[in-house]
This record gives sequence, C-alpha cells and structure tokens, in this order.
Amino acid sequence: MNDERKIRVLVAKPGLDGHDRGAKVIASAFRDAGFEVIYTGLHQTPEMVVNAAVQEDVDVVAMSILSGAHMTLFPRVREMLDAEGADHILLTGGGIIPEDDMAALREKGVGRLFGPGSPTTEAIAYIRDWFEEQGERV
Amino acid sequence: MSTTEDEVTRTADLADALAEQKAEVERLTAQLADWEAKYAATPTRDDHFTTISGREIRPLYTPLDRPQEGHAASEVGMPGEYPFTRGPYSTMYRTRLWTMRQFAGFASAKETNERYHYLLDHGQTGLSVAFDFPTLMGYDSDHPRSLGEVGVCGVAISSLQDMETLFDGIPLDQVSVSMTINGPAIILFCFYVAAAEKQGISPDKLRGTVQNDILKEYQAQHAWVFPPEPALRAIVDMFEWCSEHAPRYNPISISGYHIREAGATAAQELAFTLRNGFEYVERGIARGLDVDAFAPRLSFFFDIHNDFFEEIAKLRAARRIWAKRMKEVYGAKNPESWRLRTHCQTAGVTLTAQQPENNIVRVAYQAMAAALGGTQSLHTNSMDETLALPTEKSVRIALRTQQILAYESGVPNTIDPLAGSYFVESLTDQLEADAEAIFEEIEAQGGVVPGIEAGWFQQQIANSAMVQQTELESAQRIVVGVNEFTEGNADVEIDTLRIGPEVEEAQVARMAKMRRERDDAEVERTLAALREAAGDGSNLVPRILDCARCYCTLYEIREAMEDVFGSYKEPVFF
Repeated sequence: MNDERKIRVLVAKPGLDGHDRGAKVIASAFRDAGFEVIYTGLHQTPEMVVNAAVQEDVDVVAMSILSGAHMTLFPRVREMLDAEGADHILLTGGGIIPEDDMAALREKGVGRLFGPGSPTTEAIAYIRDWFEEQGERV
Repeated sequence: MSTTEDEVTRTADLADALAEQKAEVERLTAQLADWEAKYAATPTRDDHFTTISGREIRPLYTPLDRPQEGHAASEVGMPGEYPFTRGPYSTMYRTRLWTMRQFAGFASAKETNERYHYLLDHGQTGLSVAFDFPTLMGYDSDHPRSLGEVGVCGVAISSLQDMETLFDGIPLDQVSVSMTINGPAIILFCFYVAAAEKQGISPDKLRGTVQNDILKEYQAQHAWVFPPEPALRAIVDMFEWCSEHAPRYNPISISGYHIREAGATAAQELAFTLRNGFEYVERGIARGLDVDAFAPRLSFFFDIHNDFFEEIAKLRAARRIWAKRMKEVYGAKNPESWRLRTHCQTAGVTLTAQQPENNIVRVAYQAMAAALGGTQSLHTNSMDETLALPTEKSVRIALRTQQILAYESGVPNTIDPLAGSYFVESLTDQLEADAEAIFEEIEAQGGVVPGIEAGWFQQQIANSAMVQQTELESAQRIVVGVNEFTEGNADVEIDTLRIGPEVEEAQVARMAKMRRERDDAEVERTLAALREAAGDGSNLVPRILDCARCYCTLYEIREAMEDVFGSYKEPVFF
C-alpha cells in the first residue's frame, strides 16, 4: 500500500431499516474527504453487502444501522467477510447502538462504531489512522 | 340624499381613509428607520439569525410586515372557517384538548398489548401502533429477511392472529387507533378490520387512522413494497372502500414527519407533504370519486422541530394552503374537505444521545409549538429514544409533558393566541409563498411520481441534511451537549429497554402453530381471488379481508400482490 492510493469505502445499509440520512451524510463526507465511496442503497442482506465489498475490492465496510438489529448484522457480515478471505477489510459503522453493544461487537472483530451526534470528522480520522497503520504493517 | 350625493360622500370618505392609512405607513416607516439606526449602532451576538431551516429572521417585525389591504380578514379569518389559518375547528381546545397519542410497539403483540393497557390506564386517549421493520416491509416474522429484526423496533404483526392479541381487551369501537404502516398498509388495515369483526364491531364504528402514505416512503422513509402506480391504486381502493364502509376512519395520514426527519427544511416538509396530498386527491378524482366523498377523511401528520415560531407558522400555513387548493382547484364544496386536520410528533432527530435528560426540555418546547399551531393530536418523544426503545418511565414523562402543557400552562385556554403577531403572521405568509414556489419546482420535474423516479425529492432532502450536518460540525449552530456545553456527557446513566432474541423465537413458533391449524384450502382460494382482483382492477379491500379472515399471513398476501404488481427499485445515489 502507498499513500497515493485512495481509501475505498463501501457504505452499506443492511437489514430492513430505511433510515438513510446518516448513510448518505457519511458517504458524502467520506467523498469530500477524498475517499472512493460506493453506496449500496437500502435493504441489503449481509450476503449482498459482502459480495459488493469483495467485488469492489474495498478497504473498509461502513454499515449504518438504526433498527436495533446491529447485534445480528455486524457479526454476520464480519464472519462472512472472513469466510471470503476478506479479513483485511475493516468493518466499522454507526447508528443507534448502545455502548455495551459496541464493546461486545468489538470482541467479535468489529471496528469502532459511532453513535448519534458523532462528527463525521471522527469517523474519517479513524479510517485514515487505521489505513496508515495497515500500510506500516505491510 | 340622492344617489349621486351619496356616492360623492363615500368617495370622499374613502379618500380620507386612504390618506390616513398612507400617513400611518409613513409614520411607522419613520419610526422603524429610527429604531434601525439604533439597532445598527449596537453590536449583536451574530451577523445572521436564521431558523434551523436557514430562514433569515429579521430583528424586529412591525405592522409594515402585513401590508395587504384586508389581509387579516381574508387570510387569517376565524377558527373553523375558511381558510382555517387559525385552526380547523371553531372552538378548538376550549371544547376538547388534543388527543394525547403516544406511538408504541415492541416485541410481540402480547407485550405491546400490555403497554397499551398501561398507557390507557395512565390517561392516554388514543393508541398508536409502531410496527417492527419486517412488518413495515411486508415480511412475516419467520421470513429469512426478518432475522434479527423481529419485534426490535416495533411490534411484529404477521397475521390476524397477532392483531387479535394486540387489541385483546381493548374495544375497538371506543378507542381511536392510529397505525403507522405504508408499503403493506392495505393488508394491516384489513387485519385491523377483521380483528374488530372478531370483537363484534362493524367497520362503520371504527375511528382511527392508517398512515398509508406511500409517496413520502419513496421520498424519505423508504418502507415501500410495490412500485408507485399499483401502490397508488391500492390507496385509492381504500379511499373508495372506507368512504362506503368505514366513514369515520381516516384511510391516510399524509405525512411530512419522515420527510423532515430525513433532513428536509420546514418549507420542504410543508410543500412536499401538501403536494403529495394533492396527488392523492387527483388520483381519487381520476378514479371517478366525488372529491367531497373522500377528502374529508384525508388527515395529515407533521413534524414539530426546534424552531418554535417557524413550526407554529408551518401548521397555520398548511391549513390555509390546503383549504385554498381544495376549494379553488379541486372544486370541493363541503367545508369538511377544506379542513386540514393533523397529528403532530415532536422531532426525533432533535434528540441527543448526550445528556439525554435534556431531551425532556426540547420535547416540552416542541409540544408547546404543536399546541400553539393547533394540532389535533400529539405524540411527545421520550428522552431515551436516541439510545434505544423508550422505557416505561421515560414514556410516562413524555405523556406527563403533554398533560402539564394541557392542564397547567394555560396555552389551550384561548384559540390561536399568536394570531396577529407581526412575526408569526409574516412567517405564515412566507411559508405559504415558499411552498407555492416549491410546488412549481415539482411541476418542473413533471410531478410527484416522475420526481420520485428521478430521485429529485431524495436529492433535495439529502442536500438539506448535509447543510445541517455542516452547520453542526462547524459549530455555526449550537446543539447543547453535542458541540457546546458538553460537560456531563460522560455520565449517561439511563435504563434502556432491550428486546432479546427470544421474542423472535417465540413469534416464529407461534406462526408455525398457526400455519398448521388454519384451513389451507381456504388460504389458497382467497389468495387466488386476490391475485385475480389485482389483475382485473377491482377493489382490493374485500379480497384482502377474505385472506385476513382465514389467517393468510402478511407475506403471503404481499407475495400474491407482488406477483401482479412487481416490486419497487429505488434510484441509488448519495
């Protein structure tokens, strides 16, 4: 990896939840920050998210979940990414997610999650830092 | 006096009056100029003062802001009279307070039924059903796509059986029930009518509302099933069926709430919602229905956001615009068709996860704006809704907030107390003008459905959301606890309600039992009849009612319709 390459991010809305204000705002903010952004659209199954991530060869999957289904959907997407040999992809996201759940998901290999009121700059900085760390490791 | 002399006198009187008025305007203008000089010489906190929607607010409003001759009489008028700016009813809260209607639903029908009994016991006067995501999208609890979402964000209702449990011990002829459901609204409505039948109650006794506003789903909330044209046909089927069989039931609640929550400004919420309303009216008329046969049962639902006066003005403008259109454009003759009645909910999007107790105060101000704007019913949000589903305690505080407003504040004691305020009347006029301008933009898109298909509404809303996010992150706009006054953010100690996976397991088991016990031949027969009606254009309600009665499930009914109607694909962009 080198600094010239743009960070590729898949912004995904898994599950039946139609609240896409956050997903669209974060996708725009990522784009403005210089990331290459792919947005899945609504009502995606975990399979659809993982397929898109692999096909688009992204570095990061950022899922927005406001439906309370985060404890099902995050681990499932993580497991399926790993099963596809895409364990190098960072799985992060945001939504209405209680802190205890964020900690539990962390244990399952999910990255940092951002709750209501988080500035988009925080998520951008988190992804940049992670990406740089990856580069150092290579 | 002869006629000529009489006319001469009258002309002279009129000239005197005009001269007097001109002198008054000159006096006011001079007075204002003096004041403006003083204002300009004094430092202000900010260069610009704007509403949350970006509307520039001037430092002072005066009688000069209402220049039109006779404006107050014709545009403001009297409550309960055309154009209803001052309220849809002539006596408003002096006769009856707004209905306090808390939106509730979680887990299974049984748990939600218990919450309804609790709310009714605590003085709530109407019910409002929140469905879970699978139900909102037309999936049964045991469908693979429902995994992890059953009962999490609302109550799971997959068949008449669940609907019967939901209203167990609640006589449906005595409580008005609102149901927030859109994509599969016609199916849940039929479950409801069939559940009432089981209680021995005929549809003409039912009072309540089903949201059933699919246009704003495509624009903002995104719980759709079918493409626009067949979806609109099903809605008109409901107008037709209800006007005949359930005349006290509102077959639609034309909703700005979700449009606003998704990011729209106050003016966009107002204009998109009303324009959607006009679309439904036009569809009804195109079916050959008499506008006065269905328009009186069209109801509305607006969001009440933070900007106090703009929200009040929005409701006043909404009533006026609706009345004028219904009378002047659609030729409605029955005053009931001109009268915009609305439910309101405080704005979920304004709640903060930081220092959540502060939300109680936000909700209280918003609730007061709703009452001053003349709402017919109100949901006040609970302080913990940005963390999870509300607990019983926080729901009680939200309800108590309305009761304090109703019984302690004095706000409901006089009708439309802000009428005549230079500021509020000016804002009302501005919002009306803004909405008219947006109607023209929508026409330039070719109308509502082409605008949806092109993603125009969605893009407008997303753009406004981005502006608000930028203002927040650059601290141009202060949100207490989020970008300012953040001391105390660390100590969030608040109970939240959690729905475990056992809800889903139990619901799936219940469905399996129901599927075993029902009459399969009857299920097949009614679904086949429904498919046929979907194809031949006859009214869908009687066919879906037949399906409901023999315990066809939500997804089975959805699928039968989908076979004929197809499904909706959204334009994806950001």
